[in-house]
Amino acid sequence: MALVLSDEQQMLKESAQGFFTEFAPISEMRKLRDLDEDYSTGLWQQMVAMGWAAILVPEAYGGLGFGHVGMGQIVEQSGRKLTASPLFSTAILGASMIQAAGTEGQKSSLLSAIANGDLTTALAVDESAFHAPEQIAMKAERTSQGYCLNGVKRHVVCGHVAETLIVAARTAGCAGDRQGISLFLVDAGSAGVTVERVPTVDSRSIANISFVDVELASDAVLGEPGLGYSALASTLDIGNAHLAAELLGIASESFDCTLQYLKERKQFGVLIGSFQALQHRAAHWWSEIELCKSVVLKSLQALDEGDPNAPALISISKAKLCEIAELSTNEAIQMHGGVGMTDEYDIGLYIKRARPVQALFGDFSYHGHRFANMAGY
Amino acid sequence: MIDLQSFRDDTRQWLEENCPTSMRTPVTDTKAVCWGGRNGTFQSVEQKQWMERMGARGWTAPMWPKEYGGGGLSKTEAKVLREELERINARSPLDSFGVWMIGPALLAFGSEELKQQHLPPIVRGEIRWCQGYSEPNSGSDLAALQSKAVDMGDHYKVNGQKVWTSYGDQADWMFCLVRTDPDAKKQSGISLVLFDMETPGVTPKPIKLISGSSPFCETFLEDVRVEKNQVVGEVNQGWTIAKYLLTHEREMIGGFGLADAGAQNLWEVAVGALGLEEGRLSNSFLRQDVTRWEIDAAAFALTAERVTDQAKVGQGVGATSAMLKYYGTELNKRRYEVMMKLQGTEAMGWEGTASQDGWLPKTWLRTKGNSIEGGTSEVQLNIIAKNILGLG
Repeated sequence: MALVLSDEQQMLKESAQGFFTEFAPISEMRKLRDLDEDYSTGLWQQMVAMGWAAILVPEAYGGLGFGHVGMGQIVEQSGRKLTASPLFSTAILGASMIQAAGTEGQKSSLLSAIANGDLTTALAVDESAFHAPEQIAMKAERTSQGYCLNGVKRHVVCGHVAETLIVAARTAGCAGDRQGISLFLVDAGSAGVTVERVPTVDSRSIANISFVDVELASDAVLGEPGLGYSALASTLDIGNAHLAAELLGIASESFDCTLQYLKERKQFGVLIGSFQALQHRAAHWWSEIELCKSVVLKSLQALDEGDPNAPALISISKAKLCEIAELSTNEAIQMHGGVGMTDEYDIGLYIKRARPVQALFGDFSYHGHRFANMAGY
Repeated sequence: MIDLQSFRDDTRQWLEENCPTSMRTPVTDTKAVCWGGRNGTFQSVEQKQWMERMGARGWTAPMWPKEYGGGGLSKTEAKVLREELERINARSPLDSFGVWMIGPALLAFGSEELKQQHLPPIVRGEIRWCQGYSEPNSGSDLAALQSKAVDMGDHYKVNGQKVWTSYGDQADWMFCLVRTDPDAKKQSGISLVLFDMETPGVTPKPIKLISGSSPFCETFLEDVRVEKNQVVGEVNQGWTIAKYLLTHEREMIGGFGLADAGAQNLWEVAVGALGLEEGRLSNSFLRQDVTRWEIDAAAFALTAERVTDQAKVGQGVGATSAMLKYYGTELNKRRYEVMMKLQGTEAMGWEGTASQDGWLPKTWLRTKGNSIEGGTSEVQLNIIAKNILGLG
């Protein structure tokens, strides 16, 4: 497939660009911060009304089945405006996980609810500061009625706002085994579930969730017990492809704002953009972002095409975007000089969002290592 | 509508009958590259046959018009030919600055007479060309060139000195930038002229590089007679053609960052050199160097692909050749730095069979020129900053 957007994808990109510019400028993000709110439910309803919660849901389940390249355009644009919403936790991770693992009954009831904006979900995977899906140790013990969950999940995105938690836990084997991982649908209000909201550097929050003797019925298992790993792995790949798209939005907006600044700011009586020291850094930075656009688009296309090479391409994409998001957010502050350090200027907010996106589901070191393992060295 | 399948079948059959078996093996050393030319040396009879057969069919320049000896193929047919050549691992029948550079410039800017005169021998591999651009005092600042062509009425008399003439000592003709109007501003007053390297007063002298090889010459021009009909395009308008050619050159050199077809991945080289311990390279620092390179190389290859795809549908920012040249050459330099580290002290051998006559250090040193020739990395960054980013 050619590495360009189709007309329909291009239209969706432009519509998303217009939407976030109009309804979610950075001033909206600042308002939420002042109110200590996680996201705007009104904005989310507007996004649902645009059909964006339904993009990854197949038409058979009431969705649009528009695919990952399309969704990636929305994610990239929302990255540019630092917009918080359940798009990632629910419309990407929730929809993908249920589609990959769910029974026919679960798919028909849950996917349409996601597409309609009636359900928000959160995916609970990691148990330590470092992403390691095979290392899941949390236990789900078989009981006469179903299962009993005990353990702690950390850094759950939207874990404090979602109605349904999708929890990966072990019904067999031990940490390190791919076999024996099961996925559970857990009502966030269940007895024994304690959600601790942790405000984070990006003026958002995540949840650390403890499960103490949480009793679940047998039908709380998403799909087949013990066979959850492959669905989990494919959902995490999807997640990383879209996190890379968000990082592309962050890196691109940091660049665009800084380039604009180089053309406005005067020192020594001239525009600072006339200095070759800054021109060369800007040109290198631009080149790197061009490479980022290619890997992000390629990995989203690979998902849509069911390319067996998708996992490797996604690790390349996430790793590259982690590197260039770091470059971008540092250069953005440095080239803005002192005002880059102020809370008043928007540019400094980008570095604060970039790092949590980089760390979630594995940063450069994780994906570089994973790429090498997959290649066989 | 031309039937592509029958074209493919015919092509396959023709290649089957005409591509010698020995020309279906990988190119392992520089002698296996065929440059053609009046004094061309051939490694084997088959190599000469392969060039001549492809040349006679016009397939050394598949998309050039038939009337100038080219293959007259459409884009899709040329793609089929490429695929069929790849299918049998056929070597390039002819590497040629004529095909890559002056030919396209003649097609775009040359007179009918010049096209008729020069293009067919290029296609047949009979005439080998070299480029006279840089001068001792005009490198990055190419438009400052001082070689002069004085109007003698029925011809020009050229005096000056060129440098970094690729294979100047083996070429038959030169396409050369000269100043035809000494009073005009820098870029105006330059013309692109063509002359035979055997013309009296033309003296190429090889330059020995740190890599030990001498792919370049300095070329002295002393009262060289150039016929008036050998000016490409308009007199004093050569800078436009020069820029067109520089873009071509950039794209070509930028391609150095892309792995050669059939070349090993860097990680495979690493595994061969260091071996695996429990499935991993034992040296974690080198494992990281290799991985960073592989990730950037994959991203770069996809970018080259994306830029091409964008151009096909009329998208993109243009001037991306500067980015590809900059990134591709820097990437190639990085690759060889890692390759050197992977061989440790063994990488230092310069002569003898153990080191294959120093293949690695010589290639490594040669890559240092990639980010200088065809416009330095700094010049490419200038082009990006000015033409794409609008920084003045």
